[in-house]
Amino acid sequence: MIAEQIGEASYRTAEAYIAETAACVGRKEGEGPLGQYFDVVWRDEGEAFSSFEKAEQALLAQTQDTALAKASRAWSDVDLVIGGDLMDQLIATDFEGRRHQRPLVGLFSACASFTEALAVGASTVGRKGPRTVLVAASSHHLTAERQFRFPLELGYQRTPTASWTATAAGAVLLVAEPTPVVVDAVTFGRVVDWGSKDANDMASAMAPAAVDTIQRHLDALGEAVEAYDAIVTGDLGVFGMKLAAHLAHTEYHFDLGTNLEDCGHLLYDIERQDVHNGGSGAGCAASVFSGYLYRHLRTGRWRRILLAATGALFSPTSSQQGESIPAIAHAVSFSRHGDSP
Amino acid sequence: MGAEVRGQAPRIQRYHAYADRIRPKPAVIHNVWWAFVVGGMIALLGQGITWGFQQAGLTGNRAATPTSIVLVGLGALFTGLGWYDRIVELGGMGGTLPITGFANAMVAPAMEYRAEGLIMGVGAKLFTLAGPVLVYGMATAFVMGAIRYGLGIG
Repeated sequence: MIAEQIGEASYRTAEAYIAETAACVGRKEGEGPLGQYFDVVWRDEGEAFSSFEKAEQALLAQTQDTALAKASRAWSDVDLVIGGDLMDQLIATDFEGRRHQRPLVGLFSACASFTEALAVGASTVGRKGPRTVLVAASSHHLTAERQFRFPLELGYQRTPTASWTATAAGAVLLVAEPTPVVVDAVTFGRVVDWGSKDANDMASAMAPAAVDTIQRHLDALGEAVEAYDAIVTGDLGVFGMKLAAHLAHTEYHFDLGTNLEDCGHLLYDIERQDVHNGGSGAGCAASVFSGYLYRHLRTGRWRRILLAATGALFSPTSSQQGESIPAIAHAVSFSRHGDSP
Repeated sequence: MGAEVRGQAPRIQRYHAYADRIRPKPAVIHNVWWAFVVGGMIALLGQGITWGFQQAGLTGNRAATPTSIVLVGLGALFTGLGWYDRIVELGGMGGTLPITGFANAMVAPAMEYRAEGLIMGVGAKLFTLAGPVLVYGMATAFVMGAIRYGLGIG
């Protein structure tokens, strides 16, 4: 490992450059405000497949293929694939591995799986190898609904705090050779559980984890919030962003400022698309970063951003048994090469 | 919860107090109104069907059974067409509680779990939603029957 430990769980990464990214999404996500930033927008949720699980695998495969094609690389160039999804036993990530046949690290942090995979990938990749690491995460609205909630056609009212699992996948190709955008530091989150129990209000459970990780990342790097053009959390949504900003201000004594954004908030038009609190799912942060955030990093609107995706680590079983919801956030900071501190 | 969390107890309490204060609330008046409208429309439809059967010659309560059958059929049809979940999204309990909602709770898993096969998919999962209704419906009927018997009314 070429990364240097600079805090309890923070590492400065030396040779983790982004060669390309790709994002493929479902129809609803394509109709959202970020629609134009995605490489492929599906016309539907993949009804042509014999199951929606297969549709999610295909969406992930298409995203990975697109990232490699954009970077003019072949699968045989990939030394390591790292990724995760929301399905039990990671059946999107792992089953996709049957096709690409590259060494695979599958991991799970719910909706934070993407930054977890990025953090592992960025601290692993280097000139001594693995030199080319493909990081990806996916989610599908209908596979998540049936696993975590109810059958598609069952009528029920969603609460105002409920989030909408995105049909989306994002992939990032990390390489050891310099490119314009570099991953400069990562912080691995710890499990934070403040006792929230409502699975329809993941924002309350996840906001403390986001603030905890962001603070530890800033402390380790000796930076203030102002060092970043944008601090982007994952899947906190409208309500969770307010909670995180308030919590940071009152209990952690730093202001997340006006540059706070959130992937679940960015992905949809909250009112028009009836998504209540906003988007969620491993593919939400993955597609928002790979499509939208990376584009603005590369083209110069931003020089430096921090992405802290959050995950609610509950299962349907733990929820039914009355357990509270543990949450985690993993943070990754990016800068345009040459502008890094 | 671990020592870390216990040490933070006041901070956590303040956090939850704030979250409870600003958490978006369900629109109760709006929801109650639409539950009344949607539930009322379904009831009106049922009453209309009952009158229809009575006009056709079925007397009094004998029209109730075919009415239920027609409503269950309509609930299943609307579920299959992908409309019933929208009705409940608007009407809440007004759409869930009538017998059409029961049909929805049966047909939705039947459609959903086809991919897992007819035995362990549809067969095993068909009652995952309607099961609690049946279990506690029958249990309540049993208890009420026992009370009725005990009071010597039966």
